[in-house]
Amino acid sequence: MSAQWAQAWLRASAAVVHDRSTWLTELDAAIGDGDHGINLDRGFGLVVARLDAQEAQLLPAGVVLAEAGRVMLGSVGGASGALYGRALARAGAAIPEPEAGAGEVPPLEVIVRAFEAAVEAIAALGRSGPGDKTMLDALVPALGALRASAGTGTNLGEALARAAQAAEAGLEATRPLVARRGRASYLGERSAGHLDPGAASSALLVRALAETCPAAERVSAG
Amino acid sequence: MVGLVLVAHSPVLLAGLRAMVAQAAPAVPVGEAGGTAVGALGTSAPKVLDVLREVLAASAGDGAVILIDLGSAALAVEIALEEATAEERRLTRLSGGPIVEGAVLAAVEAASGAPLDDVARAADGAAGVPKLPQGDAA
Repeated sequence: MSAQWAQAWLRASAAVVHDRSTWLTELDAAIGDGDHGINLDRGFGLVVARLDAQEAQLLPAGVVLAEAGRVMLGSVGGASGALYGRALARAGAAIPEPEAGAGEVPPLEVIVRAFEAAVEAIAALGRSGPGDKTMLDALVPALGALRASAGTGTNLGEALARAAQAAEAGLEATRPLVARRGRASYLGERSAGHLDPGAASSALLVRALAETCPAAERVSAG
Repeated sequence: MVGLVLVAHSPVLLAGLRAMVAQAAPAVPVGEAGGTAVGALGTSAPKVLDVLREVLAASAGDGAVILIDLGSAALAVEIALEEATAEERRLTRLSGGPIVEGAVLAAVEAASGAPLDDVARAADGAAGVPKLPQGDAA
């Protein structure tokens, strides 16, 4: 993953979270505490300010993501801040630095490893798994799609597009679920019938990852 | 003297709790990690770690007990403790006790000069202290 892609993804994520902030907050108001969009918008805004301020273009992708994770940890506030913050930090740590032989690992494999690190971090910190009506219900299917593409010759752009579709299908599948984690779990059965706001923001982030993949990286074979 | 670190979504809530604790045990070091780094409702792992370090310093090596409110507070503390040093972790206990009752009971225990594990037990034990009047009504 190039540093340019990492930055473009964070900026695109900030933009889409800002644009969809009201939607995310409305989803959260239905089954949680009604601040998911506001919190994430604030956190990503600070991530972008950090990118602007520190000339992060000189930093490798892994460092860009890890620093974004630190900003999210301190500024987002809810469980989503801890979970996304930790996920970004772990994803960043999983991306090899260019001088450490990054070119030897297929680009899709790099993304799979970073995605795995992020998903494992969220599952471990949240003590949650698929079916709990959380961000994992979007992220785990997306990871499954990436893994299914790896080693098949599918180019990175196509693999990411499939991952984004899988995340969006996973989001839609949260609607009938009863929440087992977070503020929504206080509602019990009443949480069924609503999309999960964490899965919703996760699906937006995976879509942004697919859409910002630079053309030069998009065509590389998995 | 063992100190307390109070972690909650609302700085206003913690300001009130600090006043209650100070009334019961004014000498006990108390740190508040309420709200995010930008002052919104929520919790922040970096803020928890900063406050923990202040309280540990004020405790002069006796340690600190952390009390939390709901939801992400536990996650923020977990991340803060992972980023703390082994020595800082050795001197820290995280209590699952109720934050209001636990803070007051733990502060009273700490003010007596009790060691870290005793103060942590006082915080934990607050969950079992009856809140409603006990026994037959007169």
